[in-house]
Amino acid sequence: MSTDRIVGIDLGTTNSLVAFMQGESPVVIPGDDGSNLVPSVVALDQDNRPFVGNAARNSLIATPERAVYSIKRLMGRGVDDIQEELKFFPFRLAEDLQAGEVLRIRLGERTFTPPEISALILRQLKRNAERFFGAQVTKAVITVPAYFNDAQRQATKDAGRIAGLEVLRLVNEPTAASLAYGLDKKQNGIVAVYDLGGGTFDISILKLHDGIFEVIATNGDTHLGGDDIDNLLITIALDDTLGDLGLDLRRNAGAGQAIRKSVIEAKIALSSQSSVNIDVELPCGKRYLREITREQFEQLIQPIIDRTVGPCKQALKDAGLKPEQIDEVVLVGGSTRIPRVRALVKELFRREPHTDLNPDEVVALGAAVQANILGGGSEATENMLLLDVTPLSLGIEVAGGVTDKIILRNSTIPASATQFYTTQIDGQANVAIHVLQGERELAKDCRSLARFDLKGIPPMAAGMARIEVKFLIDANGILHVSAREQRSGKEAEIQVQPSYGLTDEQVEGMILDSFDSAEEDFRQRQVIEARNEATTILAALDKGKKSPAWGHLTTDEKKKIAKMEKALIAVQAEDDYQGIRKAIDALNQGTTRLAELMMDSAVSVALKGKTMDEADMGEGPTAPHPMAKAEFE
Amino acid sequence: MTNSSLTTITAKPVPEETQTCWSCGTMRAVHFCESCGKVQPPAPVDYFTFFGLSRKLNLDIAALDKDFYELSRKLHPDLNARAGSQEQEWSLQQSSLLNDAHRTLKDPIKRTQYLLKLEGVELEEQSKTATEQARSTGQVKKQIVPPDLLEEVFDLNIQLEELRIQKKIGEDDPALIEEIGRQKLELEEKQESLLHELEFRWKMWDGMIQREQNGQPVSEEERKQERDKMVDVLNRRNYIRNLVRDVGEALGN
Repeated sequence: MSTDRIVGIDLGTTNSLVAFMQGESPVVIPGDDGSNLVPSVVALDQDNRPFVGNAARNSLIATPERAVYSIKRLMGRGVDDIQEELKFFPFRLAEDLQAGEVLRIRLGERTFTPPEISALILRQLKRNAERFFGAQVTKAVITVPAYFNDAQRQATKDAGRIAGLEVLRLVNEPTAASLAYGLDKKQNGIVAVYDLGGGTFDISILKLHDGIFEVIATNGDTHLGGDDIDNLLITIALDDTLGDLGLDLRRNAGAGQAIRKSVIEAKIALSSQSSVNIDVELPCGKRYLREITREQFEQLIQPIIDRTVGPCKQALKDAGLKPEQIDEVVLVGGSTRIPRVRALVKELFRREPHTDLNPDEVVALGAAVQANILGGGSEATENMLLLDVTPLSLGIEVAGGVTDKIILRNSTIPASATQFYTTQIDGQANVAIHVLQGERELAKDCRSLARFDLKGIPPMAAGMARIEVKFLIDANGILHVSAREQRSGKEAEIQVQPSYGLTDEQVEGMILDSFDSAEEDFRQRQVIEARNEATTILAALDKGKKSPAWGHLTTDEKKKIAKMEKALIAVQAEDDYQGIRKAIDALNQGTTRLAELMMDSAVSVALKGKTMDEADMGEGPTAPHPMAKAEFE
Repeated sequence: MTNSSLTTITAKPVPEETQTCWSCGTMRAVHFCESCGKVQPPAPVDYFTFFGLSRKLNLDIAALDKDFYELSRKLHPDLNARAGSQEQEWSLQQSSLLNDAHRTLKDPIKRTQYLLKLEGVELEEQSKTATEQARSTGQVKKQIVPPDLLEEVFDLNIQLEELRIQKKIGEDDPALIEEIGRQKLELEEKQESLLHELEFRWKMWDGMIQREQNGQPVSEEERKQERDKMVDVLNRRNYIRNLVRDVGEALGN
């Protein structure tokens, strides 16, 4: 059964998390450093091996050219759409990038596509879950911003595949959050989810009734979030240093990262303090000092957070609702900790928003709930069903460069539309179809998804062929197309030229790279982890031997423990992780009384009911939490 | 699956409506089996038939919604995620058919248009797409101005042209704007009243279908007349809707 475990993953711009349903409630699985949040940062070590998370984030200042963050901003996008991003983010594009090619980012001497970088983050989460379960994890539900288009969704799915995960479902982040909130409430009503994260903004309006979570309307901006606030503060600091010190740090990536780190800390601190001091050591030896009051900060960010108003109003309009008709408002995403954002939401929806669940974790928890539903459900998720919508209209280009919308935004998915095509000239064998996504009237203003060529149409007089093309958006929000010539009943061949994104072959190649060693990696990791655990328990035993409690054991007990200790030491050096585990378990059992005695004699604290192994776990690193930093400053 | 950025699915012929469940073989199954709960292959049916409805236009929306949610609980891919790949494919097809049918039938205009299409009527293109297309290709859009609106529309178009010219040279005439705004309100009222007229046509249509169901023959002539009347109401309503939109754009809202 454990191999069938499906995890829920929040692949965020700033942080990523993995969660699963433990009994009747979802829980986040911590990383090996004890942290629930894995920073979405990927870096390369000296041997060009990638590493992920807090360690990678910490390497940003020392080796910025070997690290990348906020990769989510580049998912499913072409070089033309990221010109704005390049002004503010230190993304280093591969020099040999060809027009129309999927983006490649340079890390040290290697280059990676955005799905590959995301896959490295996913692989870390997968490992964290595998360590937690002691078994392989191969299936996942991954969340995406509700306003992600087809290409961005496909890129996320590709990332899952590259990481060796079967992505059972892509769930929209605000919808996932509503699942986590709705789990224990089970009430009916209209809920608005306002989700302002590190790089994306979503607003979703849902109708909850009898366990059905029905999205009525959604809107958003896939390039709006905490990153934009950071960039504003960074720009000010760079301007300051240039103006006051005559120091141009624009090309100094390390200094840029030092400034970025301190402004992020300042931003976080300003959610709980009325003013904050920025203090950064600059490469010239001088310090950059600046006080920012909350008032100044709020003025500064107002234009950014005001950009969330339009989508909220549009979503309400599309839902046919007035703000008064919203029963509850839920806040999601780290940026909703900013008091000014909360005030704005209150103004918009005229009620106090809910913040019961940690806004950083709620999406991952919801993904775990959806994973549970897909896995067949449990008592907690019985009767729960998610009905989501497509955020953007799907259209095809017709004569004159006009978009003909065939599936309108906010249609419940899966959704489909059938179009009929014919030939213009005698014996025409091919018909080209250009598929678009977006709300604008002209094709050039919409997002180009792909060009399809219908091929192999039987020779007929012009206008005689009747080709039925079916467009289907699946429950992941991803488009599928099929075609049939009706008169001949012949299936028309479809050749896809994706406007963005990797081909199947490319993805396959990327998987192989990581898969070649996946099995071996997993086995070795299990051995290493078991060895580490053995070291921990042996160290704890040494400590126990020196404690007064040791003297209270009988000679027989001591003899038994010594025997088990020897057995563990002997097996520890071998490659047999199951043997090591067995020896650990035996020693754990054998030392239960010692642990109890140690507790009784007050040698150690808070060991109640624990074996030695568990007792020592408490001394591990504590989880770094963004909120804690507010007091850190 | 052939391509990753945009996947394609094979167009398979839709199977004929089955009489028994493909899995347990006992029940007469429509969308899912009453006995074992398995999703059935989608049958090639229209949206009315999908919901087990006759082709009547006065619909109990609450009942439709209820059926929609009940069927969603059986057909949705999330609830069939552990089934075999064929069943998952059927679930996807059935679920999209369910959503498409619900979306079309719950909307009064879409429902009427859909019924007319089923009855073989090709509706005049009044959509914005057609307008844009006509503009960009220089073709004359096929569009019939309802006779009772001819004079009004003529005047309104002159005023709109005046407004556009004024905007171009950076002037504005509050009296003109107010006058156009007043006419917009009138048009919106007319649009609303046409919906009532449409509802009346539904009643006539449904009565005819009912007579047919009761075994009384309905002449093709009568059927055509009823259809034509509905088409007429829809055309006038579309025309006014487009006018309201144009006026709104000219006024800048």
